[in-house]
Amino acid sequence: MSGFKTLQGKAAALDRANVDTDQIIPKQFLKRIEKTGFGQYLFYDWRFTKDGLPNPEFELNKEENQGAPILIANENFGCGSSREHAPWALGDYGFKVIIAPSFADIFHQNCLKNGLLPITLPAETVEYLLKRAKSQPYELKVDLQNQVIEDEHNFSASFSINDYWKKMLINGWDEIEITLQLEKSISNFEEKKLAVQ
Amino acid sequence: MGKSIIDKIWEKHVVHREEGKPDLMYIDLHLVHEVTSPQAFSGLRMKNRKVRRPDKTFATVDHNIPTDNRKVINDPVALNQMTTLEKNCLEFGIPLAGLDSPEQGIVHVIGPELGLTQPGMTIVCGDSHTSTHGAFGSIAFGIGTSEVEHVMATQTLWQSKPKTLKLEINGELKKGVTAKDVILYIIAKNGIGFGTGHIIEYCGDAIAKMSMEERMTICNMSIEGGARAGLVSPDGTTFAYLQGRKYAPKGAEFAQAVENWKELVSDPDAAYDKTIQIDAADIAPMVSWGTNPSMTSKVNEQLPKLEECKNELEQKSLSRALDYMGLQEGQKIEDIQIQHVFIGSCTNSRLEDLKQAAEIIRGKKVHPQVRALVVPGSQQVKKQAEAEGLDLIFKQAGFEWRESGCSMCLSMNNDIVPSGEHCASTSNRNFEGRQGSGARTHLVSPLMAAAAALYGHFVDVGALLSAETVQ
Repeated sequence: MSGFKTLQGKAAALDRANVDTDQIIPKQFLKRIEKTGFGQYLFYDWRFTKDGLPNPEFELNKEENQGAPILIANENFGCGSSREHAPWALGDYGFKVIIAPSFADIFHQNCLKNGLLPITLPAETVEYLLKRAKSQPYELKVDLQNQVIEDEHNFSASFSINDYWKKMLINGWDEIEITLQLEKSISNFEEKKLAVQ
Repeated sequence: MGKSIIDKIWEKHVVHREEGKPDLMYIDLHLVHEVTSPQAFSGLRMKNRKVRRPDKTFATVDHNIPTDNRKVINDPVALNQMTTLEKNCLEFGIPLAGLDSPEQGIVHVIGPELGLTQPGMTIVCGDSHTSTHGAFGSIAFGIGTSEVEHVMATQTLWQSKPKTLKLEINGELKKGVTAKDVILYIIAKNGIGFGTGHIIEYCGDAIAKMSMEERMTICNMSIEGGARAGLVSPDGTTFAYLQGRKYAPKGAEFAQAVENWKELVSDPDAAYDKTIQIDAADIAPMVSWGTNPSMTSKVNEQLPKLEECKNELEQKSLSRALDYMGLQEGQKIEDIQIQHVFIGSCTNSRLEDLKQAAEIIRGKKVHPQVRALVVPGSQQVKKQAEAEGLDLIFKQAGFEWRESGCSMCLSMNNDIVPSGEHCASTSNRNFEGRQGSGARTHLVSPLMAAAAALYGHFVDVGALLSAETVQ
């Protein structure tokens, strides 16, 4: 995971509510043994037609959305099973930030653990962003350091994030990285344990 | 105020503690299997990380392996997961009891059998039935794939200390009542959520009298009562079981270890967040009739009636369960017809379980409408059973005698119960579709499963055994 303080890039709109993890990554792809490569199966049943061709109707297949690192979604994004494959697929596809009026609990946690920034904004703010992104190519600047997002049309909104996760995302750390910073404590513990035995 | 064994083990394992965060806990033993580990290894590889303590990690294959012919693996997904585990263990230096190893078996059977599981340890595995190892007086619980990777890389986990629950069982168990019936009774009486947020300590004279196998059966199903872990304070039975096991301490080290282990035992005045008392004499052979383990009754009872439900939600859930199971409200449990019998799983596949079942069927025949299989928990269990001639008793009665693995407990391999058919199973979960799409699972003890195999329906094995004694 690479960290970021600020990120500027295309924002793609996926204006659907209750997008569940089964849609984000359908269950036939869970039998894979890798943690990478799930991006090609992201939103598989929506993205591709029955013949396996890209579905031209699907939002993310539109030309202006190619390579977008920011996804604007609607309420209760990521509901359903606790599978970590969902954030793996979103991240592998190229998303770094997801903006929605609300997220499912476990999915929200799984995003943070896997280097994705979920930003919760009021419904009317997300409404504005969705409208912009749907009508024309749209860029957003996400300033994680200062917890603000901006566009070129003088729009600006602040968002909140727990300090612990903010530090993790800025540095591109995962939980293991944090724990490894306590290497000394772990080694000391192991030495002490060995001495007792 | 004294301390419980849970408090003592917990405090001994805190590596780092700070305000507002969970404790960073040291993990003594990490058990690994083919299904929940591949992405964890892949995560390590992506970051160029090593397994910190391969010597505290042990792997086997159990979840999706065939139990009939091990030479031919037809499922490409299963084969891929197995060979991936082999490659990963080789690359990261982790000991593996692979498919051709005499030590292979269900991860929760081989840990104790090899003496890897020891009192006072913290033990994790990417499987919810890791609670089994608590029987030895260890804190053992299941974890997710991210956590598997975290333990591999750091040998630690961030954990908030759960609450403690003292579950005391006193008195004499009736004839035909086993450890499986005890835990099914506890869950039926207290509900599937009674242990949520807690570690259970099982105690009382009924537990003290139990063998290690019986204690493992009880701790195994702690998760079915919502608790992530369940344990028993170690005693003479525990130490006798461990002595001489492959990875257990030897000689003077063993004697010293026993002294240390004795100190783990809960203090008489230890405080708990919650206490439950059970009278062993109230327990009968149990049969689950619904779609979660709390939907369980005594074998001589009848299924509940919709009108008896406390509220609409309960009524809906009963109605849905009866519908899935193809059963009638108020129906006698003994009238439920059985087409399959499965003796196996991390709950009940140890030598003692197989011996008990064999006693019931010795010299008798499986009912013509029943397909019955025995899947020993490990290659060692299989070998010991064969040395005692148990395989012949089973085979002569009409049982299939299989190789070790998880098999029909979760039906990830080809051991499947067809839709609509009933299975008397010694496993731990009766969720919809667990043993196959539309399969109808009844959780029972090995004694009850064996009796059901002979009669084609459930019978009170307590009465059966009493009648035989009279003759």
